[in-house]
Amino acid sequence: MRLKCPYCGDRNVGEFTSFGEQPALRPDGANGDDQSRFVDYVYMRDNRAGPNRELWYHGQGCRQWLRVLRDTKTHEFLTIELARRGDQNDR
Amino acid sequence: MKYSLSSLVAQTLNGHKHWKRVLADAKPREKYDAIIVGGGGHGLATAYYLARKFGMANVAVLEKGAVGLGNVGRNTTIVRSNYLLAENVAFYDHALRMWETLERDLNYNVMVSQRGVVNLYHTDPQRDAFARRGNTMRICGADAELLGLERVRKLLPFLDFDNARFPILGGLVQKRGGTVRHDAVAWGYARAASDLGVDVVQNCEVTGFEISGGTATGVLTTRGTIRAPRIGLCVAGSSSILAQMAGFRLPVESHVLQAFVTEAVKPLIPNVITFGAGHFYVSQSDKGGLVFGGDLEGYNSYAQRGGLNGLADVVESGMAIMPMIGRLRLLRSWGGTVDMSMDGSPIMDRAPVAGIYVNAGWCYGGFKATPAAGLSFAHLVARDMPHEIAAPFSLDRFATGHVLDEKGQGAQPNLH
Ligand SMILES: Cc1cc2nc3c(=O)[nH]c(=O)nc-3n(C[C@H](O)[C@H](O)[C@H](O)COP(=O)(O)OP(=O)(O)OC[C@H]3O[C@@H](n4cnc5c(N)ncnc54)[C@H](O)[C@@H]3O)c2cc1C
Ligand SMILES: [Zn+2]
Repeated sequence: MRLKCPYCGDRNVGEFTSFGEQPALRPDGANGDDQSRFVDYVYMRDNRAGPNRELWYHGQGCRQWLRVLRDTKTHEFLTIELARRGDQNDR
Repeated sequence: MKYSLSSLVAQTLNGHKHWKRVLADAKPREKYDAIIVGGGGHGLATAYYLARKFGMANVAVLEKGAVGLGNVGRNTTIVRSNYLLAENVAFYDHALRMWETLERDLNYNVMVSQRGVVNLYHTDPQRDAFARRGNTMRICGADAELLGLERVRKLLPFLDFDNARFPILGGLVQKRGGTVRHDAVAWGYARAASDLGVDVVQNCEVTGFEISGGTATGVLTTRGTIRAPRIGLCVAGSSSILAQMAGFRLPVESHVLQAFVTEAVKPLIPNVITFGAGHFYVSQSDKGGLVFGGDLEGYNSYAQRGGLNGLADVVESGMAIMPMIGRLRLLRSWGGTVDMSMDGSPIMDRAPVAGIYVNAGWCYGGFKATPAAGLSFAHLVARDMPHEIAAPFSLDRFATGHVLDEKGQGAQPNLH
């Protein structure tokens, strides 16, 4: 399996670490966010079969976080871009 | 038809022409007392115990493909109860005791082989951790014995004891652990359940739920709507898909785990061996092939196949403990979609939608659980109350803080 990093180009997927599905933005306890939102954030998953919005880390390359859309039924990367502050899962 | 020495002799004299079909080809009816979704080991065992122990035989098992083609037929067949947390040891040892008498119970040869499971340790701290694990197991009534270097050398002389990076210092052995013929477990439970009147319906995929007033009353399938007041989910890697159909989420991620088998060789490995410095475990099948596996591939997947990185990783670990494995040719590799829970322990509870019960999150260790999972899930479905051995596996433990984090690594679905 290969992943095309926007910085480094076409690389073996073994250079990357998958974080899993991109979560919603982290709740903020100081802002009064309810504990159930933390439970959701930490433990619950959509765990989609099909196109899945995920974060991958290029640890053995440019050390950038990537935001990808990947099909969990075929392992195909559909879109790959650099992750940016404030990105969240567009579910 | 009861299997016995006399039935074997009689059939042999008849030229083996009159063996009966093992499993009736059931057509789904419109209504049942309970529906079990998923014809893997857990679903079939649940249906069997519903009929056998809880007097509910008006039950259907709905399987989207053929019985036994899911993880029950893809695993590496290892059974053991060498866990660290008391709740897990108690549950898995209950399962191990059930394996010990299962063949008589089902009248089916599932080839239970208590050949022992040896976990190797490679450092002093790891020996201490294994001693603690062994003590926990013994306190909980399971068997465990800490072996020093000389005893492991005698038992497994072919290992690379003096490996520069991962020297072998000894091992923790559970002698009652071993292997069980995995697909025979599916067939044995299917046959026994079907004999008790359960409809084992193959090629019947559940595509949705019929929910009225917040209560599930039936399932939509590729063979029509089927109704029952109780619906149990035993769909392993597909658990989140079914949950989504019913409108809830689970603390589960689906990942791919691979396994491998080599060409057959003469008897070599007397038991199950696990490598303590990486993730690798191996046993030898009765046909002679070495069956082995290791870690997850590291990304979410429903594909039922892995890649070359996972293969390389497993084989490197194998070479580190038994370099002779490098002389063997690999015959086959395959993958299964495993339902990794967020604390590494299973979930068996009522779902957030009334009428639905969830049996999921078995990670890559649910085969050994099969008899106890079936028994306790049948208890939950029949009585609407958890069986005492499975009560710790509640769904709300993630919110209340009662997680069963066997490895102590936090909310990580892909490390257990
Ligand atoms: C490579 C590998 C090695 C493993 N090794 C071990 C081991 O050594 N020891 C151990 O204890 N465990 C092991 N496991 C884990 C074990 O196999 C599983 O935890 C266990 O089999 C899961 O329960 P099951 O048998 O009911 O699952 P499955 O056999 O997967 O049953 C689930 C069934 O649900 C069906 N289904 C899914 N969706 C639907 C639907 N919509 N409608 C109808 N039916 C549906 C599927 O077709 C499937 O047949 C391993 C797993 C893998 C993949
Ligand atoms: Zn890069």
